[in-house]
Amino acid sequence: MAGSTVLNLSGVRKTYGGRAVLTGLNFSLNAGECVALLGPNGAGKSTTIALALGLAQADDGVVELLGKTLPEAGHIARQDVGVVPQYDALDPDFTVFENLMVFGRYFGLHGKQLRERAELLLGFAQLVNRRNDSVATLSGGMRRRLMLARALINQPKVLFLDEPTTGLDPQAKHVIWDRLVDLKRQGMAMFLTTHYMDEAQRLADRVAVLDHGDIVACDKPLTLIRNVVGHAVLELWGAGAARCVSQHVSSKGEPIEQRGETFYFRNGKADEMLEALKRSPQSDVDYIYRPGNLEDVFFSLTGRALRDD
Amino acid sequence: MINFHAVFQVWRRNFLVWRKLALPSLLGNVVDPVMALMAFGLGLGSMLPNVGGMPYLNYLAVGAVCISAMNAPTFEALYSAFSRMHTQKTWQVIMNTPVRLREVVLGECSWAASKGLISTGAMLLIVALLGIGDVQFWVLSWFVLILACLMFAGFGLCINARAPSYDFFMFYFTLVVTPMTFLSGAFFPREQLPEWLRMVADYMPLSVVVDALRGIYARDFSMLPALLVQMAVYATVGIGLAIFLTERRFKRKGA
Repeated sequence: MAGSTVLNLSGVRKTYGGRAVLTGLNFSLNAGECVALLGPNGAGKSTTIALALGLAQADDGVVELLGKTLPEAGHIARQDVGVVPQYDALDPDFTVFENLMVFGRYFGLHGKQLRERAELLLGFAQLVNRRNDSVATLSGGMRRRLMLARALINQPKVLFLDEPTTGLDPQAKHVIWDRLVDLKRQGMAMFLTTHYMDEAQRLADRVAVLDHGDIVACDKPLTLIRNVVGHAVLELWGAGAARCVSQHVSSKGEPIEQRGETFYFRNGKADEMLEALKRSPQSDVDYIYRPGNLEDVFFSLTGRALRDD
Repeated sequence: MINFHAVFQVWRRNFLVWRKLALPSLLGNVVDPVMALMAFGLGLGSMLPNVGGMPYLNYLAVGAVCISAMNAPTFEALYSAFSRMHTQKTWQVIMNTPVRLREVVLGECSWAASKGLISTGAMLLIVALLGIGDVQFWVLSWFVLILACLMFAGFGLCINARAPSYDFFMFYFTLVVTPMTFLSGAFFPREQLPEWLRMVADYMPLSVVVDALRGIYARDFSMLPALLVQMAVYATVGIGLAIFLTERRFKRKGA
C-alpha cells in the first residue's frame, strides 16, 4: 500500500473544558512514511494522538485510520496499529516474556503463533537473557525497548511513538533509534511525537510543527530548515555579548533572536558577525557558527516563551 | 456490541497476576471473616439464646458468607481496579489494542466478581467444615452468590469511575458498606431495627443477598425468585452505570 494514506485528519477541532485544543487540524501520514509531530507543551500533540487512535472524539472534522472512520471503528483499526506511549506502560506484575504474551492476547493472538512472535521480539529488543525477569529490574533503556517490542506483537501497519526516547541516556536512545530505522527500512509507517529535534531530523521523512491547535508547517526536515531558517546560524553568548551585538551588527536585514542570554544570527547577519569576530576577537564572548537545524525552525515558528501544560 | 473474547482477556490478565499471589490474597480475604465468625459466633454466641431459630454461630455464618460476597468484589473493584486504571495505566495500554473501554470495565467487573467467588467459596468451605448447612445449601448458595458478587463488583466500579484518588473510597465504605454490613440482617434479624430504619434496610443490596441465602438455609424458597430478580436488576443497573461513568471519565480526563 505504498503511497496510500494510512492516517488522515481533516478539519479536526477539539475543545476540552472550553479551551480549544485543536482548531481545524489537517494532517496525513502515508504508508511507509515517518512523520514527526513537534510542538510545545500544550500544543495539542497528545490530543492529536488520542484522536488518531480513536480514543477520543473530535468535535468536528474527519479522522480516518487505515481506512476506518474513527472513533466508531477505532477498535477495528487498532488491530493493525502499534503504540509506544509516553508513560512507562509495562505491566509491573509480569515478567518480560509475560508482558509480550499478555499483550498479544488482546489482539486475539494465541498459542504457537503468539509464542513465536514473542520469542522473536525478545531478540529484537535484545532481552533474550532477561526473559523471565520482572520488568521492575530492567533499566530505562531496556524498558523502552520492551515497550517497542510489545507494540510490534501484532505486526502493525503503523506505529505511534509518543516521545519514545524521553528520559533515556544517549546510548539507550541510539539503540532505540537503530531499531526504529530498521523498522522504517522495512516500510513501517510511523507517527512520532518528540521534543528532541535530532530525533525528528534523524527519523522523520516529514516534520510537522503543531502550535496553538494547528499545523503551522509540515515538510521535509532540510526543506523546513532551508525555508524557515536559511543556511547558517551564529550563536553568541557571554558577558560582553550584548555590547558586541550593538557594536558590530547593523539593525537592517535578518532579525536577531535572543533566547535567554544567547543571541542568534542568521544567514547574512551570521556571516557579518562572524567576520566582525574574526577581525576583532572578544575575550568576554563565545560563539559558534553552524548550519541551521530543526530547533531553529521550532523556535522560529513557535516562539520562545515557556509553555506549560 | 461487546467482544466477549476481549472481556475474557482482561479477566485473564488479572487472573494471571492473582495466580502469582493467590495464597496471601486468599488468606487476607478469609482469615479476617473467620476470626470474626469465631469471636462473635462462638464467643458472643455462647452467651445468646437461639437467634432466628438457630444457634448464633449458624445464624452469623450465613451472614458472614454474604458479607464476604460484598467485601471481596468491593475491594477489588475499588483499590485494585483504581490502581490499574489510574496508577499503573494498565487500562490505557489495553485500550491501545482492539479492546474497548467497555470491555475493560466488563473484564474488571467479571474479575472482581470472580475474586469475590473465590473468597466466598473459601468461606463457604469453612462453614461446611464447621458442620453448618447441608449439601443443598452449599450448592444452591452459589447461584445467589454469583449474582451478589457481580452486583457488588458493578457498584464498586461505579465508585471507581468517580474517584479522584484512593481516599475517595473511604466515603463509600463509611456511608454504604459499613451501614449495609450492620443493618442488612447479617449479624441480627432486621426485625430488631426501628420500623423506619427497617424499611430502608430492607432495600439494601446486601439485605437482599442475606434474605436469599437465609431462605435457602431454611429451605424456604418462596421469596427466592423475587430476590434473585431484585439482585439481577441491581447488578444490571450497577454494571451498566459503571460502563457509562467510566466512559464519561475517560472522555473528560483520560483516566
